[in-house]
Amino acid sequence: MITIVFYILSAITLGTAFLTILSKNPIHSAIYLVLCFFSIAGHYLMFNAQFLAIVHIIVYSGAIMILMLFTIMLMNLNKEDERHKPILSRIAAVVSFCLVAFVLLATFIKAQPALREYKVSGQDYQSIQVLGKVLLNDYMVPFEFASVLLLVSMIGAVLLSKKEHINS
Amino acid sequence: MENILQEIGIDNYIYLATLLFCIGIFGVLYRRNAIVMFMSIEIMLNAVNLLLVAFSTYHQDAAGQVFVFFSMAVAAAEVAVGLAILVAVFRNHNGIDIDNLKNLKG
Repeated sequence: MITIVFYILSAITLGTAFLTILSKNPIHSAIYLVLCFFSIAGHYLMFNAQFLAIVHIIVYSGAIMILMLFTIMLMNLNKEDERHKPILSRIAAVVSFCLVAFVLLATFIKAQPALREYKVSGQDYQSIQVLGKVLLNDYMVPFEFASVLLLVSMIGAVLLSKKEHINS
Repeated sequence: MENILQEIGIDNYIYLATLLFCIGIFGVLYRRNAIVMFMSIEIMLNAVNLLLVAFSTYHQDAAGQVFVFFSMAVAAAEVAVGLAILVAVFRNHNGIDIDNLKNLKG
């Protein structure tokens, strides 16, 4: 049962990721990417990581994709007038995709996992309570640095998108 | 509650994340539209996040999921700055075709 759910979710993830890249209209790409993110949130739910799934939906589907959709509409890109790359570089892209996928998959298929048996210890390690304790005890300094990073990126985004006055 | 890795195994998640990462690489190489390239970069980041969560469950350790939070914060910052740069590029070049950005070419 759960295996079937896994395969369906994986098919949705990979298919919508491909459609994101292959669809001509950037708005369609964004919508397919939202579907891809929702299916990845489904994977997180299957791992029983509820908090991470909710945060993933909020941050990716809620914030990042809305920002991208606004930018697409702001630039008036919702038409299919994109010129393609030259055929040679497209063929090169496909070939390099196949080669990278082949090499990585072959590596991981040949590699043996170190732990063969997966045992459930029964201890709680991914509820919100445990995650909050780990985040604010062990990883407090990176947490603060993340807030500094977000502040700096906000200031940077405002400065970059401000209209420049040309001195004359 | 029985765990998913007993049913499916870590291998399938490794293959899924690898394929997703390769699709992201393909998107960066294939398209000229800078926004779609950004989306491909997001796909790659998500593949890595998925694998981190899978191994966090495999080792039953919360550190992997905490790392995914940091990765999400960095992704949000990256998208904010990147889209601001794209808006600036759009103003100056009247389009976001990557191949038009040749001013820095030596």
